[in-house]
Amino acid sequence: MSTQTQSQFFRQLKKYYTFYTGGFIAFVIVLAILEQMGLEPKYIGYIFLAATISLYAGIGIMSKTADVSEYYVAGRRVPALFNGMATGADWMSAASFIGMAGTLYLSGFDGLAFILGWTGGYVLVALLLAPYLRKFGQFTIPDFLGSRYGGNLPRTIGVVAAIICSFVYVVAQIYGVGLITARLTGLEFQVGVFAGLAGILVCSFLGGMRAVTWTQVAQYIILILAYMIPVVWLSVNITGNPIPQIAYGQVLQQVTAKEKELNDPTTTLGAAEASVRAIYKEKQLATEDKVKALEAAIAAGTADTIVGEARAKLDTELVELKAAPEPDAKKIEAKTKEIGEMTGPDALLAKLKKAADGAKKSAGPVAAHATAFSGKGAEKKLLKDNPSATEAEIAAAKAEDQEASNVKRRNFIALVLCLMVGTASLPHILMRYYTTPSVRDARKSVFWSLFFIFLLYFTAPALAVLVKFEVYHNLIGSSFASLPAWVANWAAVDPTLMKISDMNLDGIVQLAEMTIGGDLIVLATPEIAGLPYVISGMVAAGGLAAALSTADGLLLTIANALSHDVYYKMIDPKATTVRRLAISKGLLLVVALVAAYTASLKPGDILFLVGAAFSLAASAFFPALVLGVFWKRANYLGAVVGMLAGLFVCMYYMYITYDFFGGVAANEWFAIKPIAAGVFGMPIGFLGVIIGSLISRAPSLEIQQLVDHVRYPSLEGDIETRAT
Amino acid sequence: MQLSERHQEYWRKNLRLTAVLLAIWFVVTFVVIYFAPQLNDIVIMGFPFAFYMAAQGSLIIYVLVIWFYAHRMNQLDLEFGVHEGEEE
Repeated sequence: MSTQTQSQFFRQLKKYYTFYTGGFIAFVIVLAILEQMGLEPKYIGYIFLAATISLYAGIGIMSKTADVSEYYVAGRRVPALFNGMATGADWMSAASFIGMAGTLYLSGFDGLAFILGWTGGYVLVALLLAPYLRKFGQFTIPDFLGSRYGGNLPRTIGVVAAIICSFVYVVAQIYGVGLITARLTGLEFQVGVFAGLAGILVCSFLGGMRAVTWTQVAQYIILILAYMIPVVWLSVNITGNPIPQIAYGQVLQQVTAKEKELNDPTTTLGAAEASVRAIYKEKQLATEDKVKALEAAIAAGTADTIVGEARAKLDTELVELKAAPEPDAKKIEAKTKEIGEMTGPDALLAKLKKAADGAKKSAGPVAAHATAFSGKGAEKKLLKDNPSATEAEIAAAKAEDQEASNVKRRNFIALVLCLMVGTASLPHILMRYYTTPSVRDARKSVFWSLFFIFLLYFTAPALAVLVKFEVYHNLIGSSFASLPAWVANWAAVDPTLMKISDMNLDGIVQLAEMTIGGDLIVLATPEIAGLPYVISGMVAAGGLAAALSTADGLLLTIANALSHDVYYKMIDPKATTVRRLAISKGLLLVVALVAAYTASLKPGDILFLVGAAFSLAASAFFPALVLGVFWKRANYLGAVVGMLAGLFVCMYYMYITYDFFGGVAANEWFAIKPIAAGVFGMPIGFLGVIIGSLISRAPSLEIQQLVDHVRYPSLEGDIETRAT
Repeated sequence: MQLSERHQEYWRKNLRLTAVLLAIWFVVTFVVIYFAPQLNDIVIMGFPFAFYMAAQGSLIIYVLVIWFYAHRMNQLDLEFGVHEGEEE
């Protein structure tokens, strides 16, 4: 490789990955032909799983290395374009691939916070961090904190924060891997988790960053093909236009028109919806009565009778399920779980409240997809219930709506800010910009990163609208006797994704009669578009690629923080190369096993925790990193105070407001949700760095030289900070 | 290592460019969101404007902002003689 110039290397890579892409497409075509010849879907799933994982393993083994610089930063010769692809795969997780379009389907405009936040953050990466970190040129993010601020404390805080953010994130990825593997092959979830773990380890264990980089490029290609093909097909089916991102504007208008029709009880469709909503309304009122009765009973200390009755009812239902002519194992399992969760009055109360909320939601009108920050409809409700309301009453209702809308807008802005700044602070992303050959390439590489991420992110909103159109136009109003195949299939496979029942017994499907889980949108698109099963297999393989690639990057970040920053820099700076790599690989294995074990316990609040990682990273890292480059006066005390204060405020806010930690919504400041806690942590972090720096002495001359060093791509008589 | 006047100027230009691009980033993100309900009344090609921006328009501008920054800074490096040598 020493004899090979960078441009030869680049040409060679281009050739390899072009062949690879062609090979993958040929592989899918062969499978499609086999499917036509009668290959069972189950085997298609197995083949996809085995083929993609052994492919990643192959790349991982070919990239094995015993060189420290290769292991930590892929030898710093990853061309901008390929680093962009690798960052794209590193960045886009199972949540982006499978969950994003679903979130947009369910929450419309309000879900766009994720689209904006997870792309706009790269502007901050490009302008404020990537080129400077590349010039600094060491191995990890705590490295920068350690050198810039001196002493072990800033580095240690950096290590702790990096581990907290990355660990919750990696658990979510491994969880996703387990789900997808289980879906693709029909294996148990726990088995899926450990099968996926093997897939993750083969990529990173032997070759570190070098292996992860080249597998991530391969994974990006699979995931983007898997995402685009079904959407393009669906777009052609619905609009005749193969570019969904342009075509869905017209579709959106039709969706909006349909929403109005569904909400208008004078139309046929609207009247049918209204009849279903009335049923939900009754249910809601009945459940709320039960809640009140139970609360009264808890206060009086007689709740045990009610709980006993509820439990007896569940027991009878379980017996009935078991006695059915053809017992349904899934339903029995669900019922058994329900009985297990009925631990006492509090559990019953929570369950009833949730049921009442669900019914209340279904009893309400359809939310308009493109409308931003809709109020709660207080004015409309008032005029409906009381047509002769006084002006004062109307004004009060209007104010109530406005307030609800303002709170939504505030939360949207706060969330976007946290996601953006969090993006620019997550160590596994920033670390990727250490791997380019130069500052020049680091800058270009951020452009390619966002470009490749953008391809998926500007498609997701189109997909959500197209599927909504399909549901509104071809599903609603159709007869229960002839449901489209995909609806029946998914309702049978997983009721949390698709639940449909004829509530008002008119034999016709109404929107309020079905519940759709967000993950359904991406998973079912191939079937909605009428594509063969092999494409569904490809979509699952794409989701797997997204989860695996992100998990790889995160595991490496954690293991490197422990082995490089803690072991090599703080415990044994004289360690030999062989020893450093051995420690690094050993830790990788341990961290991976702990993460997989945690994921196999199916922690329920995992999605919240992923969102929390962004707020935590934003509060802990961003102020110290950015001021470290742009403000020479920032010093040791500032960094320590800023990072600790930011982290503390962010965690404290989550602790007092998020129910998982025993917090309550009433504690919220300005009605900001706990997921956007970084909006408080970050300013405090900046304030901490500034105050801490100003009350102590300016940093030494060497440190000021270091700042100049990172600011200029090349200086005469420059110092050298690159690690080898 | 003493920074020359030229070096200072390079850094000032960098800061100015960064500030301008961040201002664009701020407007297409936060100003658009703040006025989203009003902007949505404008419809272009079927898209309510704020929806379009948040789903696509702002993203395109982010990509362009980063491209422009990389392009312009790599140029500035050459102009001010602070570019890196040939890659090893």
